Amino acid sequence: MIPTPLTGTLACVVVWLALGGLSLVPAANTSFARRVAFPLGALVGLVLAAFGLHGVWAPASSAALVLGLPDLPFHVRVDPLAGFFLFLLGAVSAGISIYAAGYFRSEAPGRLALIGLQYFVFLASMALVILADDAYLFMVAWETMALASYFLVTTDHHQGAIRSAGFLYLLIAHLGAIAILLCFGIMHGGRGDYSFVALRATELTPPWATVAFLLAFFGFGAKAGMIPLHAWLPEAHPAAPSPVSALMSGVMIKTAIYGMVRVIYDLIGGVRWEWGVIVLVIAAGTTLFGVLYALMQHDLKRLLAYHSVENIGIILLGLGMSMVFIGFGHPVAGALGLVAALYHTLNHAVFKALLFLGAGSVLHARGLRDLNDMGGLARTMPKTALYFLIGALAISALPPLNGFVSEWLTFQTALQAPILGHSVVRSVLPLFAATLALAGALTAMCFVKVYGIAFLGQPREPRHPPGDTEAHHGGDGGALEQVGMAWLAIGCVVLGVFPVAMIVFLNRVATALTGTGLAEEALTIGWLWLVPTTTAQASYSPVIFLVVIVGVVMLTALLVHRLYHGRVRRASAWDCGFPEQTPRMQDTADAFGQPIRHVFGPLYLMKRTMPGPDDQSPRFTLKIEDRHWYWLYLPVARLADFVSEKVSLLQQGRISVYLLYSFLTLIALLVFVA
Amino acid sequence: MSQVPAIAFQVFQSVLVVLAAPLLMGWVNQCRAWLQNRSAPSILLPYYTLAKLFRKDAVIAEHASPLFRLTPYILFGCMWLAGGIVPVLATALPFAPAADIIALVAVFALARVFAALAAMDIGTSFGGLGARREMLIGFLAEPAMLMTLFTAAFISGSTQLTTIVDALAHRDFVIQPSLAFAAVAFLMVLLAENARIPVDNPTTHLELTMVHEAMILEYSARHLALIEWGAAIKLFAYMTIGFALFAPWGIATAGDWAGLPLALAALVAKLAIAGAGLAVVETVSAKFRLFRAPEFLSTAFLLAVLGMLTHFLLQG
Repeated sequence: MIPTPLTGTLACVVVWLALGGLSLVPAANTSFARRVAFPLGALVGLVLAAFGLHGVWAPASSAALVLGLPDLPFHVRVDPLAGFFLFLLGAVSAGISIYAAGYFRSEAPGRLALIGLQYFVFLASMALVILADDAYLFMVAWETMALASYFLVTTDHHQGAIRSAGFLYLLIAHLGAIAILLCFGIMHGGRGDYSFVALRATELTPPWATVAFLLAFFGFGAKAGMIPLHAWLPEAHPAAPSPVSALMSGVMIKTAIYGMVRVIYDLIGGVRWEWGVIVLVIAAGTTLFGVLYALMQHDLKRLLAYHSVENIGIILLGLGMSMVFIGFGHPVAGALGLVAALYHTLNHAVFKALLFLGAGSVLHARGLRDLNDMGGLARTMPKTALYFLIGALAISALPPLNGFVSEWLTFQTALQAPILGHSVVRSVLPLFAATLALAGALTAMCFVKVYGIAFLGQPREPRHPPGDTEAHHGGDGGALEQVGMAWLAIGCVVLGVFPVAMIVFLNRVATALTGTGLAEEALTIGWLWLVPTTTAQASYSPVIFLVVIVGVVMLTALLVHRLYHGRVRRASAWDCGFPEQTPRMQDTADAFGQPIRHVFGPLYLMKRTMPGPDDQSPRFTLKIEDRHWYWLYLPVARLADFVSEKVSLLQQGRISVYLLYSFLTLIALLVFVA
Repeated sequence: MSQVPAIAFQVFQSVLVVLAAPLLMGWVNQCRAWLQNRSAPSILLPYYTLAKLFRKDAVIAEHASPLFRLTPYILFGCMWLAGGIVPVLATALPFAPAADIIALVAVFALARVFAALAAMDIGTSFGGLGARREMLIGFLAEPAMLMTLFTAAFISGSTQLTTIVDALAHRDFVIQPSLAFAAVAFLMVLLAENARIPVDNPTTHLELTMVHEAMILEYSARHLALIEWGAAIKLFAYMTIGFALFAPWGIATAGDWAGLPLALAALVAKLAIAGAGLAVVETVSAKFRLFRAPEFLSTAFLLAVLGMLTHFLLQG
């Protein structure tokens, strides 16, 4: 008997939790984690993905669990939206888990036991966030997720920088959680029933609905990493071990997108176009900020983390356009925007996980994280280089890979602008498409930099050599690592070449949320053609595109080799008449970003020291900082310091004073109640 | 309805673009020589150069990876593909629905990314320098190009290039201010994307100024020939995109062989005029300092965006 999506998903969660628990027990036996726990966890991921897809297709089903507090049981539900995100979680985590089985090979047993526990609790809590059908279970799972990931981030807690990164993450995660809690409070309206069914039924007055929307948007946005609440992301994601970074950037920030869609479209309902405009403005800022700061990074994992900020912006662009269209009463275009946003959510999960795993392989092989220390890695790790190239092309939105499809759909959504009645919004909407175009081209530049400097060229002499050189094998990782990366790389290609199957699934999600799906022609035209509305308006066929481009390239190669000799002579590279060529003469990551620093100078906070003409030991240093720290974070921190200082005046440390406080409070309450 | 004539048209056009592209290059060089009071080389010179390059032994740097050897084929393939998407002679091409204007811009981006990666592959300072500059130009030219195309897409309600051309060719002649803005932006992008003066100079190998040439410095023989040929196809494709958007008159419908002579004549005439115009632009202007290029291109980007806004304000 095949279990229903709901019971199947719950079973997956239970197995994950059990694996987490078991990881602790045979603490001395690391082979359990490597041979059993992580591979089995990956298998569970695959099963979960299958149940997720089934959940998109099957009618929604819900249940009340026996768990929870008395009279307050946990409710769970699988509907198309939850099914899609369960699919994302399962499919992407499968690749990451199998990679982790190889990656944690040389981890100390004690550490590995803890990592195993936290890792699987993290996975299970993400699944529960998606399954939750009441605010109570949702918040419990949400907090479990935050704590599990906090402990994973601080795996290397003996380093001060990592401890403070973890603290920052925990702080912003909780600010977000408070906003989400308040949002549920507003929707709940004091009726004592926190199930999503009851919240859905609430009719909020427009001002309260807007307040609820803002709380949900910024609460979930803090977890997603949108500006100005992104500061934790480039600190915390690189601090974690690489599979965990992949899980956080690939999957965890997507649960925030899930929460946003669930609360705004489903629970609050009645989407207004003004909300969409707010989302669009923040999204455009997030997109540009993310990519411009990514271009300035030379730490590979930090750079990838800033790209997560950018891609969250792109997802929000699709979401915002969708809200604008729905708010103006164009549900078909609204569904298109939603489909574009969700498709980019999935695509980003796949390629960003792949890129983080690639960064992890480089870290294990060489102990290097700074791009300026790398170079020529493609020669020693050719397979990792190939997978990384696929990920880099996918994130740069180049056809025929997956990133292009979702950005194409987002562009097509923006091009629906003429149907809008509001003349200002109509003419402003294409500007967001311009933002997306700019960000896409900048992303391509950034990944040319990453790939060209790390994997191509000649090996550079590390300025920050790794401490223990013996631990680094220098080559491609083991078979398990490669299976994990290959799985995600195949995902990039399949999602790019056969997007229509996924669009049909996403259409069910959109239909369930907005009541209307994509245009008829988009769904009936067949698997070969991706059509947003009608074929007259736009179409794209990745399969034909791929066949033609591969065919043309092969035909060219064949003709050239048939008609001409294939003689090749190897010689040293042209030295421009200056025979002293060293790898240090290659471009560095900072040099590559220099033109951008020049063009967008005012956006960065640069601290530069230039050597004078008479310097005996000339040094050039450049530090680029995030402006948000200075106008937002540090003032808020100072304010918090100030307030707590004043509050500490109350704390005398004498018990008699505290008793006096209690007495006074009691009196005050009595007066108030009477 | 049989698709065979249309497919034959598609194949004919694709082959024609590839074969005729060096001729356009030769014509531009010839015009430029005349304008600069030099004695002009034969219009067929690009063909001789290509033939010579194909016969030579390829010299490849010792550190080169497979990516380096693969890239010329990818570049050539991308440009060929672009030549197949653009309605050069006819609309309603059977391949056109597979890739719209966004995909077309992405094909150029794909070629650019591979060219830049290959440039960084050898690990010389020139390669990195060229790649960095090329991506600098690209990140502004690409959105400007996209916005120009979007303006046309808004006018015709479609992102299919052939549908756009149909809509623009068969309407009453009215001067659309949005298209005027777009045309200026497109011209600027064309100059930048094809490494022409004032953004880049295709004839110089001076390290302070070269962009495109710095990237392909390590290539020789058949690899260089493919890259040069690809660049010629790119110029051809860009010019025909320009005709498609701003001067679509005379274009045939795929499968309509009777309309072919007229379409060919119109194309030759338009290319002759545009090639001469390009030579004039290149003669009367001087090359910019590198950091003026972003200003030049952001002007193009803003003009394109302005064109799009104009469309909504005046015609929307």
